Amino acid sequence: MPQRIEITLKPELFDAEGEGIRRKAARYFGIEIEHIRTIQIMTIDAGLSENQVETVRKNIFTNPVTHISSLDPLPVPFDYTIWIGYRPGVRDNPGAVAVEAIEDFLGVRFGKGESVYTSRRYCITGTKLSLRDIEILANQLLANDIIQQTRIFSRDEWNPEVGVGWIIPKVILDHTPGVTTLPIESDDRLLEVSRERNLALDPNDIPVIRAYFSNPDVRAERSKAGLSDPTDVEIEYISQGRSDHCNHNTFHGKFYYRESPDSAVDIVDDLFETCIEQPTLEIKAKKPWVVSVLWDNAGVGRFDDDHYYVITGETHNSPSNMEAYGGAITGIVGVYRDPLGTGLGAKLIMGGYGYCVGPIDYDGDLRPRLHPRRLLDGVVEGVRDGGNKSGVPTTFGQVWFDPGYLGKCLVFVTAVGLMPKTVNGEPSELKTISDGDLVIMCGGRVGKDGIHGVTASSEIFSENTPAGHVQIGDPYTQKKMHDFLLEARDEGLIRFITDNGGGGLSSSVGETARFSNGCDIDLEKVPLKYDGLDQWEIWISESQERMTVAVRPDHLDRFMALSQKHAVESTVIGKYRNTGKLHIRYKNETCAYVDMDLLKSGFPQWEFEAEWIPPDRRGLFEPVLKPPKDFERLLLNMLSRPNIASKEWIVRQYDHEVQGTSVIKPLVGANRDVNSDASVIRPALESSKGLAYAQALIPNYSLIDTFHMTACTVDEAVRRLIAVGVKLENIGGIDNFCWPSIKYSPDENPDGKYKAAQLVRSCRALKDICLAYETPLLSGKDSMYVDGRLQGLYGETHKVSALPTLQFSAVGTVDDVEKCMTMDAKTPGDLVYVLGMTRNEAGASEYYDLMGYTGLNVPRVYPVEFMEIYHKLGAAAEKGLTASIHGVYRGGLGVHLALTAMAGELGMNLDLSKIPCRDVDRDDIILFSESPGRFIVTVNPDFVNDFENAFSGIPTGCIGTVTKSDTFAINGINGRELMKLSIKDLKSAWKKTFNELV
Amino acid sequence: MHKINVLVLYGYGLNCDIETAYAFTLAGANAHRVHINTLINGEADLFDFQIAAFVGGFGWGDDHGAGVVEAVRLKTRIGGKLIRFIEQGGLAIGICNGFQVLINMGLLPGFDGDYTDRSVALTFNDCGNFRDEWVRLATSPDTPCVFTKGMTEQFDLPIRHGEGKFYAEKPVINRLIENKQVVLQYAQPNGTPAEGKFPYNPNGSLADIAGVCDSTGRVFGLMPHPEAYLFRSNHPEWTRTRERYARRKESPPETADGFRFFQNAVDYLK
Repeated sequence: MPQRIEITLKPELFDAEGEGIRRKAARYFGIEIEHIRTIQIMTIDAGLSENQVETVRKNIFTNPVTHISSLDPLPVPFDYTIWIGYRPGVRDNPGAVAVEAIEDFLGVRFGKGESVYTSRRYCITGTKLSLRDIEILANQLLANDIIQQTRIFSRDEWNPEVGVGWIIPKVILDHTPGVTTLPIESDDRLLEVSRERNLALDPNDIPVIRAYFSNPDVRAERSKAGLSDPTDVEIEYISQGRSDHCNHNTFHGKFYYRESPDSAVDIVDDLFETCIEQPTLEIKAKKPWVVSVLWDNAGVGRFDDDHYYVITGETHNSPSNMEAYGGAITGIVGVYRDPLGTGLGAKLIMGGYGYCVGPIDYDGDLRPRLHPRRLLDGVVEGVRDGGNKSGVPTTFGQVWFDPGYLGKCLVFVTAVGLMPKTVNGEPSELKTISDGDLVIMCGGRVGKDGIHGVTASSEIFSENTPAGHVQIGDPYTQKKMHDFLLEARDEGLIRFITDNGGGGLSSSVGETARFSNGCDIDLEKVPLKYDGLDQWEIWISESQERMTVAVRPDHLDRFMALSQKHAVESTVIGKYRNTGKLHIRYKNETCAYVDMDLLKSGFPQWEFEAEWIPPDRRGLFEPVLKPPKDFERLLLNMLSRPNIASKEWIVRQYDHEVQGTSVIKPLVGANRDVNSDASVIRPALESSKGLAYAQALIPNYSLIDTFHMTACTVDEAVRRLIAVGVKLENIGGIDNFCWPSIKYSPDENPDGKYKAAQLVRSCRALKDICLAYETPLLSGKDSMYVDGRLQGLYGETHKVSALPTLQFSAVGTVDDVEKCMTMDAKTPGDLVYVLGMTRNEAGASEYYDLMGYTGLNVPRVYPVEFMEIYHKLGAAAEKGLTASIHGVYRGGLGVHLALTAMAGELGMNLDLSKIPCRDVDRDDIILFSESPGRFIVTVNPDFVNDFENAFSGIPTGCIGTVTKSDTFAINGINGRELMKLSIKDLKSAWKKTFNELV
Repeated sequence: MHKINVLVLYGYGLNCDIETAYAFTLAGANAHRVHINTLINGEADLFDFQIAAFVGGFGWGDDHGAGVVEAVRLKTRIGGKLIRFIEQGGLAIGICNGFQVLINMGLLPGFDGDYTDRSVALTFNDCGNFRDEWVRLATSPDTPCVFTKGMTEQFDLPIRHGEGKFYAEKPVINRLIENKQVVLQYAQPNGTPAEGKFPYNPNGSLADIAGVCDSTGRVFGLMPHPEAYLFRSNHPEWTRTRERYARRKESPPETADGFRFFQNAVDYLK
């Protein structure tokens, strides 16, 4: 008989969670809750005595100062009560911790299948509430039916003795595990298997797979191992390994590119090699600080004489789109395993985030699975819990709203680590495996979670996408493992380490075994969450918080002792061998036996037709727009726009100072409320060296030309670092591409060729700009298929493709953190300078978007011109000639001059006629053109001569002064006053959009 | 002169151990990071140390109330030892999650030397969310707290928590105030009490309480993070301060207020 503990706050205590729900119910749905209390429920299914349960209720789960609790349903009054619990198999972190606490306190061990399940009950009163309202709250605010189940009780239906009843979400797989042999007698048959099993095999791969398993030599070897036709373990392994997610087939594809429909074909053979790998190797050869790139889980750069930094970026789009909280927490916790699995292992020191979602107030006819505001809430909270509980500061991030992300949202997560240059005298960035090393799996256990996650993210989201790939990350388990592995590293116990992410063991073991050239795995040794998993499921499950480590046999005892000290589960699951074979057994029976090089040999390259249509031939033109008259209202409205407005509510939820390393925080200024250009940390406390980080994301420029979108995005990220004091030569980059499907299909993807051309142009721009700036690409990832099918008003479905999106992250060291700059105006009387040329480049700008136009004149990067400014500005800042530096980004000078003044809580008197311009003669374009390469700098009047000398020959304009007043005043090019606004009004416009969110 | 040994607990999801140990090292002590299990199983002996630091983080994921599971485990396994450690003159500091642990073990507020009674709580912030921001704090000169000795003025520290609202019944709050056990209070930028006003009082703590000590002043818990303010460049306005001094052709002072807590503790034992 299970038991239950219900716990709630004493009635006199304020229920902050309930209050949050009450506010959202009113704001999102206009539903008026009068009173709401939250009850936590623990259902204990473990055969404990009532005495034992009473003991833990009292001693563990009830705070005598704040809680009331009972083994019976608590008599909290309600009109309706909503119960929400997890579905079977969904990770229940509080439940797992409860088991740990109960076992520890009572000195008992839970048996197989015994557990604690947590759930919540919301007691809601409100005279105007209808059952329909309650259903809306349950389904659209509180629970996601993919991971949770719901029960609703009205007051009349409630039996105070029975409560919610007994709902035990225990996984019971009434299934005897087994290996299935799959038929391959024809291509069609294998294709059918692929469809039935949701393998997403590429039709072109099928003959290669069949040829391998039909090869007489292969068959002879296999028959010795007891196998004939391929097993499900093998085919699932191949499917994982060949997926676009793991193998990056798109980026390694061959592109037949045409500059316009009638130009000749230009073949780009392998985008990755030509546009990413080659330039990076070329730059690496010139830069000794680039330590390790292009092969490991993350890139490695030199931090100082004793340390390396490690960086990578990932996306977790498809899972977040279905279950925002679970997807995002899994994403951030997952990317944190990449630095941990780089070299011999790096300590996590920083995280970043980028979210792209549909309009937060969307009220159109399409029905996304989760409304953008709910999706954003969940994503924000997922990264909050994942990052904060990992003990890693989240120091930078951004959000972008666009209707294209209604189909699929984007969740970018970046991780930075730090490792010693040497471990036990050996270089920390190198690792290898020898015949006989043990294969050890550390961390979490394996369940059905995440099966086919990789193949699902290689597909367009539809209502048939299996929900099983949604998971909930567990930062607690991972933090324990992180601490453990770093100690093991420092003792020299780790030969090789990598994470279990997409593809699970099949990917981590499959890839690491290449270093020894083979492995023998005993699948029955893999610890499972519950019985009944098939062998193939154990092999490819993506259950989180696991690392795969190679350990020498003579180090095993010490490794396991450390593992136990940290309460981390580690298991030897096999041996690395030099046999050339991936050999998997289950209770001594072979269930997979394939050549190690199978995945790398003979599979055809993907091919794409790519047809660019220049913007003017797509009918784009500059709008016929006469200059506005009310600039005051215009600027205030610009500041309120969602992609510009303050998102302080997100920043404040993220611990950005844990580890004590914070130097430049995400929010700066006199009232610490305006975004800094970049964040800076001092990751090695004993050193005054710093590490700066920033991201950029300007997908709207893709509406005109992805070439310039890419160049501008890279420039912005780089320029953000320049603004805080990083030198151009010390900057490295991380490219994260998110692109709609580029496979042409007349019915399903009629503009596929154009999207493919957009990708080619983007990659070419990336190559050009990186070579020009000499910015190595330390790491990067691509996530294709950012499309969704959404139901419309009449039951029809619409394919919605996202804007081609690149998030570019830039990282760089600074020699002395005390030389870093912030963007806030500091002192009245300082002069305001604009560096860099303002051009007629309002195409796809925030201004044109406000006016309802796309335009044609997309901003362009002029590397030679810009680099001179970057070098000179760095030198001027180092000499102490600048009081503040701020780059000009989305929204142009109008927005960013205002932000500089707002951050300083100081006024400005400005004159647009002094701004260096080319081909611009209008106030609105000067204020809102988004030409890259520009900065706003405030300068102490004592230094004016030195400052101007430093920038001789560069487009520089002294455009006004910082004032003590509260007035932000701008005169137009003809000398007339354009606007005179108070800083208070500017700030309130900038903050009001998301003001109600805390 | 012998060095002071500091025990800095880590493991099970705690995460401020490295910077807390670094703070004590800067203050001239020998700081040792010791895993909770190493302390519990006796491999490390509590009585080899003079200061015990309970650091910030998310012990056991904070899933059943912040600091709850860690407190239960420590109390069950080595609760008696910890009390003896304190009674024999040891110092204990609990920061954020560590403060929650001290309170849930009953080591704070430690009225009249009773280190077992759970009479106060740190519960969910009124704002309903985790919050990271720097706050102004005021301390009173007449508290017995050894960690804040000589710190009569107001200063800034970051808070980073979701469950930092100090709560107790009215008589308990009054008793804390009367006993001068309220060490830190949230204040407005001008140093006057926050009086519950958000965001100066970031969590709704009663009486603006941000930190309390026991009646001896040797056990101290606080929600803000002094170990995150060891350098002047940790402060959110340090570039503004630098500029202000530069205009006077001066350098800003090297000191950072967070460091003084650790220096005070080490100096007290010297």
